[in-house]
Amino acid sequence: MIPPAVPARAIDAPNFSTSRFRAEREADWIAFDLLLTKLEKKGAKALTSDELLQLPLLYRATLSSLSIARATSLDKALLGHLEALSIRGYFLVYGVRESRWNRLRRFFLYDWPAAVRSVWKETLIIALVILLGALTSYSLVSNNPEWYFNFVDEEMSGGRDPRATAEYLQTTLGHGKAAAEKGESGLHVFATYLFTHNSRVSILSYALGFAFGVPTLMLEYYQGIGLGAMMAVFSAKGLAFDFGGWLFIHGTTELFAAALSGAAGLHIGTAVVFPGARGRLQAASEAGRTAGKVMVGVIMMLFAAGLLEGFGRQLITDTMLRYATGTLMLLFWLAYYYIPRREDVT
Amino acid sequence: MTAAANAKQRAAKAKKIRQFVTPEGVDLELRIASAGLRFGALLVDLILINLVLLLFWLFTEWIGFASRSDITQVVWMLGAFLLRTFWFIGFELGSRAATPGKRLMGIRVVARDGGRLTADAVVARNLIRELELFLPLMMLGAGASEDMVSGWIMLAGVLWSLTLSLFLLFNRDRMRMGDLIAGTWVVMAQRAKLDADIAVDAAGGAMIFTDAELAVYGIFELQELERVLRGRDPRAMREVADAIRAKIGRPIAEEDDAFLLSYYRQLKARLERGLLFGKRREDKYASD
Repeated sequence: MIPPAVPARAIDAPNFSTSRFRAEREADWIAFDLLLTKLEKKGAKALTSDELLQLPLLYRATLSSLSIARATSLDKALLGHLEALSIRGYFLVYGVRESRWNRLRRFFLYDWPAAVRSVWKETLIIALVILLGALTSYSLVSNNPEWYFNFVDEEMSGGRDPRATAEYLQTTLGHGKAAAEKGESGLHVFATYLFTHNSRVSILSYALGFAFGVPTLMLEYYQGIGLGAMMAVFSAKGLAFDFGGWLFIHGTTELFAAALSGAAGLHIGTAVVFPGARGRLQAASEAGRTAGKVMVGVIMMLFAAGLLEGFGRQLITDTMLRYATGTLMLLFWLAYYYIPRREDVT
Repeated sequence: MTAAANAKQRAAKAKKIRQFVTPEGVDLELRIASAGLRFGALLVDLILINLVLLLFWLFTEWIGFASRSDITQVVWMLGAFLLRTFWFIGFELGSRAATPGKRLMGIRVVARDGGRLTADAVVARNLIRELELFLPLMMLGAGASEDMVSGWIMLAGVLWSLTLSLFLLFNRDRMRMGDLIAGTWVVMAQRAKLDADIAVDAAGGAMIFTDAELAVYGIFELQELERVLRGRDPRAMREVADAIRAKIGRPIAEEDDAFLLSYYRQLKARLERGLLFGKRREDKYASD
């Protein structure tokens, strides 16, 4: 690629000198710089096929210039420029290998389900932990309703506590007269609030995973506790079936997402504690990448759950229909994640 | 500057340089970005995010006022969440792997193993950020709002969460928790303009120095001289020229810039000749 030794500028220097070296190769560097700027600004599509062919040649010429300059030249400005140019070139030439669209397609078709599949053990453990939390508080509150106030915030419960009457509890499930009067004014605001709040909690339970997974387990256990306490209150008034429907319509998606986010955190935690044959750092970073993919999925699931909770639950008031919707969602997620498919090996 | 201090400074600088060998076998010698730059970049990004949110808020308020609907509130809440979460991810997925703040500071994200930076890594490192920024604030908030948490417990909580947030100060590679989990580094990616080659300028050959006069300095001094020459500050040039004249015992006879330029050219030629013969004289304290 390097043009024959016709100096760009006439130089009266000895046969080999760094000035001559520079004069001979400077044109390549400038061309490479221009090409990189174009690539950065307009993307690979803007390059002609001629320029695309030039790119690796100019890149290699620049790297070879850098090697020679390091061995022979003491011009700091020159060295600095060549280093910066090589670094920029390296990351552009080796950086992007597929378009964003392809990446997105691969994420939805293969990467996301594969990442979820690979943390199935952790998912089971977290699901059990949530269940355990729910059972704990359920049995405690069933035996002694006073426990309820230890588990659920006054603000969160909004009057849904053991002192409430069955009629009142029924209205909170979206049945009866009072529910109709409340109307749909704050619906979407409520749904959005739920989505952002739940996403935060999920991100937190993922991010806390590196502390050997302990805070993640605690967070998930706590989620189960709130659930079980509510369940106990409603079932004491004979509303267990209705409450189940109220919860089920979005709960299958939301709790699944919560379990996955906890699993992602736990995945990192176990990788840090038991790195196996790899170094601890490497194990953590490999687990972190898988968990990152799971988390993008979790945020999308929570978005779906927020929609179901904000709109679906308020618009579908029949309990059986609620159960059906929730089951359908659960089946959809299970099929999407766990039905084996031919892997796209790239 | 004493020799010891000089060597110490260079060693400190060398510690921040990490080997990064391309498939072509060239070591790119990436430099780890300093904690100050990282913090500056974060600050710029946070300011930008809040600025966008403010504009967005004004816009939605205006729309909301016009249409009298609470859909704007939804759009606002969603927008704020998406912006907060995906600002960093979106920008770092681009070809320059840097948010506007990072670009301003001349740094970028790089995969630690030398491979390409994958989307999963970017997502993983940025979701952890939520924790690092959020946890100390949450601890403060929780402590302040609830009476049952005593001041000391709150302090302990904040300190504990700060050790997470300030994790990058405690390791040599300046990795955040997120970098650790995602397997990434943040390195310098400054652009350097190609400055003119001052060794071929016409005015360089006015004076001839003897070998003994050139033998007093090494590479470090040469590159400092280069910096002064490129800076073109007459007072600095005067000082340096006087120092060199005193060292080699020359009377003040010519213009400072002509003197320095020809000294630079000849010193550079001498040291580069040494390089070709495998002799690299780091500074004036090294033996010639």
